[in-house]
Amino acid sequence: MTGSPTAASSSTHLPWWRRILASNTLWIFGVLIAISAVFAILNPAAFATPFEVRSVATNASMLLVVSVGMTFVIVTGGIDLSVGSVLVFSGVVAARVMGAGTDEGPTADWPRILLGIAAGIIAGLIWGLINGALVAYAKVPPLIATLGTLGAAYGLSLINANGQDLRGIPGKFTSTIGLGTVGGIPWLIIIGALVTAAGALVLSQTRFGRYTTAVGSNPEAARRVGINVRTHLLKVYALQGALAGLAGVLSLAYFTTTTITGQTSLNLAAITAVVIGGTSLFGGRGSVLGSAVGVFIPSVLASGLIIVGVQSYWQNVALGVVLVLAVFIDQLRRQSRSRA
Amino acid sequence: MTTLSLGTAFGPEGTKLPTPLLQAKGLIKTYGHVQALRGADFEIYPGEIVALVGDNGAGKSTMVKALSGALQPEGGEILIDGEPVHLNSPVDAQRHGIETVYQDLALATDLDGSSNLFLGREKFRGGPIGRAIGLLDKKGMRAEARSAFAELGVDLQNAESPVMNLSGGQRQSVAVARAVAWANRLVFLDEPTAALGVVQTARVLDVVRRIRDKGVAVVLISHNMPEVLQVADRAEVLRLGRRVAQLKMEGATVADLVGAMTGALEIEEAAS
Repeated sequence: MTGSPTAASSSTHLPWWRRILASNTLWIFGVLIAISAVFAILNPAAFATPFEVRSVATNASMLLVVSVGMTFVIVTGGIDLSVGSVLVFSGVVAARVMGAGTDEGPTADWPRILLGIAAGIIAGLIWGLINGALVAYAKVPPLIATLGTLGAAYGLSLINANGQDLRGIPGKFTSTIGLGTVGGIPWLIIIGALVTAAGALVLSQTRFGRYTTAVGSNPEAARRVGINVRTHLLKVYALQGALAGLAGVLSLAYFTTTTITGQTSLNLAAITAVVIGGTSLFGGRGSVLGSAVGVFIPSVLASGLIIVGVQSYWQNVALGVVLVLAVFIDQLRRQSRSRA
Repeated sequence: MTTLSLGTAFGPEGTKLPTPLLQAKGLIKTYGHVQALRGADFEIYPGEIVALVGDNGAGKSTMVKALSGALQPEGGEILIDGEPVHLNSPVDAQRHGIETVYQDLALATDLDGSSNLFLGREKFRGGPIGRAIGLLDKKGMRAEARSAFAELGVDLQNAESPVMNLSGGQRQSVAVARAVAWANRLVFLDEPTAALGVVQTARVLDVVRRIRDKGVAVVLISHNMPEVLQVADRAEVLRLGRRVAQLKMEGATVADLVGAMTGALEIEEAAS
């Protein structure tokens, strides 16, 4: 059991295939494949088509972007409930800057569109900085801090938009980023995939990712080796805010309007995706690729259930059960792994 | 009778040494109404194993925290190689080649041994671009960590296993190996054997000697007097926030140490 007190022997380095087999991500991916297979067998004509795959992926891309940021936040042992409101707020800001609601809006050209995109992302970043400052410096628990900004960002969105969804988004914006494709692949999928790849690289291969993990695992240990824990937390929440802002821009392009009342359960969906993906709610361990798979399990479930003709409300029931189950399993695993 | 003296410094062989590696003069630290340190002194010379002993509340922990930069004393001064320094954080002390193994080990238990060893001091790959984005050289760090563990005779069966999967003794080893890997002058070990069994304790003491043999001085905080006698060259004894004795361990007995700690043995205050 415990290490032998004597001579040094070389420590073993597991081969790559053993490491992959041991990783949660692979098993979750297996579940995703299994669910897809079941629906494909039940209704091959409708489910396993390139069109359906593309539509599921496009719909999921905004959630994917938010879930990448949520993975970082949860790995630090925190949580961000405000993502849906921040997404909406950023969408409203971007729409305003692009001239939505005015005569110039629908015909605005690229310089103005790019300005709007930047404004949306910066608006999200600012909310992220507020969240981070509250959590890291004011020591407000993340659950409460982001519950507060959830309300504030939502209210300010309604005020800014006078309680009505803004229309008149530039056509060039919606027809490219929203509905356009590059080589047959929708822009939204490309952006979602790029953000996921970058997030996975940063979390698992860079110092920023390692500090994120260390801060979530043992903040005091991180502090003693000279990591500035508060600054790091601020950066992580800022990252999540900026990604929620980007998702707001994508959502604006895709739906051609601000979806002010349509994002109330985005936080639940993102947290569920991250937890299904094997990231521990207790912090210190997580995988962006796992979260990506975790995003697609509910999406596939939703579209599959509709295609095979089951009432889509059952999806929410399944999602709730899966979320609680995933956390429960994580809890059990932590207890069995951690020796006293 | 043992040599009891103040104001005279002894090296490992009893030779008089010119400049202490690390020295504290008249440190003062108060917590509310409690005076943890009331003008405490401390000295350690290069290549020594010094035990810092004292009863509960004598100020050992406060002294170690002050000397390792974890807290700032209100009065007195700290000198490294005879030069006054201000240690505003543990990182300041680390810059002087001083590392501390805390009693709680301060490990990120979700990370593996190698990641913990290099935490805050990562190595990068991929040239200037890799460095700019902080791309970790995991392979290189793992290899160096393995040899650092091996040097101390530590056997981690699976170097990639998170520290939380390791036994208490193995975790201790990771924390000690980390300190030794980076300390080129001095290592503080705060109660390193308090939670260990007999075999593991013997191994830690062996490690302490190995550190000294590398030319790195060791300050050992311990409650275990036989252990102190066994491994230390010298003891600095604290009582009620003051240093009350410096004892050479050669020929000393547990009774001498306990006597100095409790004040049963009065010592002439020579210099200070």
